[in-house]
Amino acid sequence: MSSASGFHRRLLALTRKEVRQLLRDKSNLFVGLLLPLALILLFGYGLSFDVKDAPVAIVLEDRSPAAQEAVAGIGGSPYLVPVAAANMDEAVRLIRAHKVEAIVRVPVDFSQRRAAGDARIQLIVNGADSTTASAIEGYVNGGIQTASRHIMDRSGSGSGGGITLVQRTWFNEAGVSTWYLVPGLLVLVMTLIGAFLTSLLIAREWERGTLESLFVTPVRPLELVLSKLAPYVVIGAIDMVMCLLAARFLFEVPIRGSLIVIIFASLLYLIVALLLGLFISGTTRNQFAASQMALLASFMPAMMLSGFVFDLRNVPLVIQIVSQLLPATHFMELVKSLFLAGTIWPMVLKNCAILAAYGVLLAFVTGRTLRKRLD
Amino acid sequence: MSEPDITVAIEGLRKRFDAPDGKPFDAIDDISLTVRAGELTAFVGPDGAGKTTLLRMMAGLLRPDEGSLHVLGIDVRADPQSVQNRISYMPQRFGLYEDLSVQENLDLYADLHGVPQEVRRERFGRMLEMTDMARFTDRPAGKLSGGMKQKLGLACTLVRSPDLLLLDEPSVGVDPLSRRDLWKIIDQLIADEQLSVIVSTAYMDEAERCAQIFVFHHGKILADGPPDALRKRAESLGYVADALPDRPARVLQARLIDAPDRIIDAVPKGGDVHFIRRPECDEAALADLLSDTRVQPRDAELEDAFMLLLREHENEPAQAADDANTNKEDGDRYGTAETASPSAGERDGPVIVVRDLVRKFGDFIAVASTSFDVQRGEIFGLLGPNGAGKTTTFRMLCGLLPATSGHLEVAGVDLRTARAKARARIGYVSQKFALYGNLSVRENLEFFAGAYGLRGERKRERVKAVIAQFDLDASAQSGILPVGYKQRLAMAAGLLHEPDILFLDEPTSGIDPLARRAFWRTITSLAQGGVTIIITTHFMEEAEYCDRIAIQDAGELLALGTPAEVREQAGDDASDMNEAFIAIVEQNRARQTREKAAA
Repeated sequence: MSSASGFHRRLLALTRKEVRQLLRDKSNLFVGLLLPLALILLFGYGLSFDVKDAPVAIVLEDRSPAAQEAVAGIGGSPYLVPVAAANMDEAVRLIRAHKVEAIVRVPVDFSQRRAAGDARIQLIVNGADSTTASAIEGYVNGGIQTASRHIMDRSGSGSGGGITLVQRTWFNEAGVSTWYLVPGLLVLVMTLIGAFLTSLLIAREWERGTLESLFVTPVRPLELVLSKLAPYVVIGAIDMVMCLLAARFLFEVPIRGSLIVIIFASLLYLIVALLLGLFISGTTRNQFAASQMALLASFMPAMMLSGFVFDLRNVPLVIQIVSQLLPATHFMELVKSLFLAGTIWPMVLKNCAILAAYGVLLAFVTGRTLRKRLD
Repeated sequence: MSEPDITVAIEGLRKRFDAPDGKPFDAIDDISLTVRAGELTAFVGPDGAGKTTLLRMMAGLLRPDEGSLHVLGIDVRADPQSVQNRISYMPQRFGLYEDLSVQENLDLYADLHGVPQEVRRERFGRMLEMTDMARFTDRPAGKLSGGMKQKLGLACTLVRSPDLLLLDEPSVGVDPLSRRDLWKIIDQLIADEQLSVIVSTAYMDEAERCAQIFVFHHGKILADGPPDALRKRAESLGYVADALPDRPARVLQARLIDAPDRIIDAVPKGGDVHFIRRPECDEAALADLLSDTRVQPRDAELEDAFMLLLREHENEPAQAADDANTNKEDGDRYGTAETASPSAGERDGPVIVVRDLVRKFGDFIAVASTSFDVQRGEIFGLLGPNGAGKTTTFRMLCGLLPATSGHLEVAGVDLRTARAKARARIGYVSQKFALYGNLSVRENLEFFAGAYGLRGERKRERVKAVIAQFDLDASAQSGILPVGYKQRLAMAAGLLHEPDILFLDEPTSGIDPLARRAFWRTITSLAQGGVTIIITTHFMEEAEYCDRIAIQDAGELLALGTPAEVREQAGDDASDMNEAFIAIVEQNRARQTREKAAA
């Protein structure tokens, strides 16, 4: 029998074995198919940086019509709910009790100063959650600006004084954070499927002693790696379709780039993630250690350091270097721009090349961990 | 290497490992040997002798540090894959895929070896028939009993006829019936295919079947040759002595084994005591040990030669830590065996009463209507094939598992109503010693003393007492102790609260013969001190130490009585416990088949 047909026969036999094991182990299927669904719903609905109906305490120390008019814009905002507070003490009590997120204080001398063209309104925001805080700051600012413009228009105090700041956000015009998060979710789900599921595969065979028996057969290391990859690529592809469908129809995120490129890049990254899991598995030879390692080395960094949540340009240099070493970072960059900006070829090619390089490297080192040796 | 009749040629082979304590040691220490083709060759030796390491090197799984190693004329170091293409290797724990069925496991290995379909059909049929597994081809491998798994492992190893078959302790932890089946397959293949086989084993009756035996100890070969040549070493050293009148055979056995300056080995067997003297010690010097009994010389057995070799080697000055398991001071430590032995009449009633005990798991009856008593100070053995219900019975007696129905009384306490109270009176040593590896011996004992509710002065006293009793090193780290020592520590922990009853679940599996002798010496002296012992074991010859034994199969109690009574029940053919056991289990299975056919 020629070596090529031996390769195919053995690969087929091993792949069949892996598929059977996957289908019979319900917990693996659960992690592979239901967990990604839970993640999509959890991150899509649960993790949102948008502020809606945030309560804001209004303290009117100057009860003049002008003062009232100045804060009226807050009530008009869909994001804010004004809560009247009798005085500053009460407002402070409210913010401490988390009943309100911010305090808008119109001081006693508001009317006087306005006449002098030097009116001030104090805004105190609960800064514990900085993202929410800055959002509220923006909304309050907007509300008050609108009001003051009205006042200015009416008083006709010259067009020169009506300088208005027009804010505009690119790419995420609506400012909806799901647009920003959902493409990243694809990265997270691929990482989870890849690294976490496969991290158990080789370690389990070490623990159960099945590899020792398998090694003393004509089997080659590459065949073992490929057979373990195959069924999980299918699971990963199902998850990818789930993510894309959810993104498009559930969260209504626009897909501006080429769908083909998105799918190709996702499969490329999936293989990198699967190989990373296999490599961890083959190195630790212990299921518990492997799953912990996989979580620490792939899923956590993919969430924290890949630019999923935090803009990488604002992090210290060391973190930037670390994040550039992660395959997830490159896929994250790629997928976000493919979703929201369109197909930018130089970027697609660069990032795909990086992912492919990771794939080749990991396939090689994983093969080394299955060198058919016990020492 | 060119000679066609040599399958393995080894020259100056060495393999170094790091011991758990970080020091390097030679697992294989300058070994040279040749194995002839078409023969059955045995590697025997105590645990840690290097048998597994050597087999793994032959299979190309470990790289030798020095020396040359040729298998089938191929340099294994240079080209392990070519060797792996032609040999079959069954590791100690054959890695079956537990969620795949019997058939799927067989298919996988046949595919990997490229066995053609037409060859496969014939070979599978024969394998399944020989292993008596044709009925179970659809069953997941994980749902098979231990013995069946081992047989399936062998079948997977033999999906094609290899040029060399390596078997690493194929019968460890396997009951006598499955063990016999395994050997049936091996014998058949040797006869049909002139297979070359190398088998490592702890059983002397298995080594006896082989053409060539190599005896390993600490990475060296102590002796080699055909069984007859090895047996000659112990010629005219073996004797059989009658047991002391009205005493169990183990009393005289203990007396003999406590005299290691004159006696190499002594075991109870068939109601008598078989022993071998030291070669340098003549019969006259034994007179005072045997003044009150009748002694006759007997033919040398392979086991005698093996024990002789091990003991001789042990006395060399370069003694490794493993060997500290000798019982040189056991006589002083435990007191002499014959004092204060309560005879049967003096015993004050049963300490364990079991009546119509039943345990079901769903529809499956694990233990069916079982009744027996155990007297105080008795050693009671629970024997049975894998999956017979031993462990279930055992767990119910210890109060770890509630009974489905029946009456269960331990130390005068009804287990169904007062389990916690009963537990305070019993000690339990599980199969896998549940000790904390990174704690010292003293810390482990202090923890278990606390867990048993010992406090203050009494706790200190008891920890000190068991450390002295078992000759332990209090500051040693538990995890890196030799196996024999770990087991002593586990026993010490089980005895901290001075229980009336000690439960031991297969305490001797995976322990070499020297450590096993020492272990049984401890057990007999505990029984002497009035502790009741309940023990399960796979080594049938160990039943001879017991006052009474019970044999279980498929949840049913098949035999109950003294070893002599059980042998009698088995019939005339049964010369030893192993055969008696097989005969009783088979008689029962045949009867059930007849009943099923009649119904």
